[in-house]
Amino acid sequence: MAEASSHLNLKKTVLCEVHQQLGARMVEFAGWYMPVQYEGLKEEHLNTRTNVSLFDVTHMGEFRVRGPKSLETLQWITTNDVSKLQAGQAQYTLFPNEQGGIVDDLIVYCIEPGQDYLLCVNAANTEKDFAYVLANNRGAEIINESEQWGQIAVQGPKAIELLSRVISSEIAAMGAFTHRSFAFADTQVVVARTGYTGEDGGEIFVPVSHTVKLWSELLERGQDLGVKPAGLGARDTLRTEMKYCLYGHEIDETTNPYEAGLGWVVKPAKKDFIGKAAMLAVRDAGLKRKLVGFVLEERGIPRQGYNLLSFDNKEIGRVTSGTQSPSLNIPIGIGYVDVAHSELGSEIYVDIRGRGAKARVVATPFVKTATAN
Amino acid sequence: MSYQLPEDFYYTKDHEWAQVDENIVTVGITEFAQEQLGEIVYVELPEEGAKVNQGESFGVVESVKAASDLYSPVSGTVIEVNSSLVEDPSALNDDPMNDGWLIRIEMDTEKELANLLRVADYKKLISEKK
Repeated sequence: MAEASSHLNLKKTVLCEVHQQLGARMVEFAGWYMPVQYEGLKEEHLNTRTNVSLFDVTHMGEFRVRGPKSLETLQWITTNDVSKLQAGQAQYTLFPNEQGGIVDDLIVYCIEPGQDYLLCVNAANTEKDFAYVLANNRGAEIINESEQWGQIAVQGPKAIELLSRVISSEIAAMGAFTHRSFAFADTQVVVARTGYTGEDGGEIFVPVSHTVKLWSELLERGQDLGVKPAGLGARDTLRTEMKYCLYGHEIDETTNPYEAGLGWVVKPAKKDFIGKAAMLAVRDAGLKRKLVGFVLEERGIPRQGYNLLSFDNKEIGRVTSGTQSPSLNIPIGIGYVDVAHSELGSEIYVDIRGRGAKARVVATPFVKTATAN
Repeated sequence: MSYQLPEDFYYTKDHEWAQVDENIVTVGITEFAQEQLGEIVYVELPEEGAKVNQGESFGVVESVKAASDLYSPVSGTVIEVNSSLVEDPSALNDDPMNDGWLIRIEMDTEKELANLLRVADYKKLISEKK
């Protein structure tokens, strides 16, 4: 993430001034001017695991897919089975490409089965994804609603209590991966019980006209719960501790979902989809490499792109993400390794600028949280 | 923000400081540098006896955000290394101007000091970065 010295060409969320008033350090991310931290990476990370944090995720993209051809279109362009979603349910899924790789990972929200769905995609891929959906449309009405939605993620053990206070006490009864519309001030917001941190909480879709108001109320009324704003830096360390994939790191147009450990969102028995044969071919040939989590047993930080080596110095893979875990205080990493070295307990080495730092493949998530995610 | 910036130290544009005592130069990174880096988790330092050159990398400091090269303020021979930092780099964040010293160099020639910044220039440099 580059420091944005000239942020004139960057997109700004409606919360931009609020972040600056809160003393955020702003950076460029996916063409947006975003807060990377406020108080500090570690403090924001730990506060999310202990209390509750607010994340501005307005930069994410939202598409509406509507009409009698909506389900058929979504089944063709995603890997998971959209037909099993009832109104108010959501699922994590992938946009596949024709080579069996991944165009993006996203969440599909069912508003009305067979008629009306909302898709939430990565900020970095919004334009690419919209073109992909249009190009592969099977007669549905496709609308890019990204500009009308703000989005705030409220995450942590006290998140549901805060949301119940500010939006509705009925949120506490919502199951994981469900969504509901609620009145807020003089508008409607959609609360989804989803998240990218491993903690309980929700992601709130709020019209841009009311995003600042919702943020302010959450911040003010959650003071006794320890609510704090958290930036993209903490968002990244939180998801790394959970071994959640980040597009451009663990997954991209060249990676296969089965190798990434995402076979559970691929439902070939239920439907046909773009690139299905190519995707299954990698699975059926026997996986050559797998995505694993590992911890370093020496000092250093594993970074994206670093090579992974066997004890006898052979290249066996590469790091996709890594950091010093704020919760565990040890270096952790995620990466692809040859299957022979993917077993739990495998001894591998991270090539850190020419030094082989000893590491060990471990079970993930690295941290145990309240959610099963 | 007021940083500890002794008048008699020399500074580099890469945020190292140099304390000169006759021909022995003690080198470290400034408070501004450790603040920019964040929590430092690892430091790579040269061996005693290693030759260093002004402006060239003599080691690496690694924080969560990035790994950054350390640049030598003068040419000479490394005569002492603060090796306790390799096991525990926390002094680099806590006390970079003192306990967090990195190496001591026997300087080849004091003429090279003319290429370094004095405190006024360094203050100007960091004020432009904020």
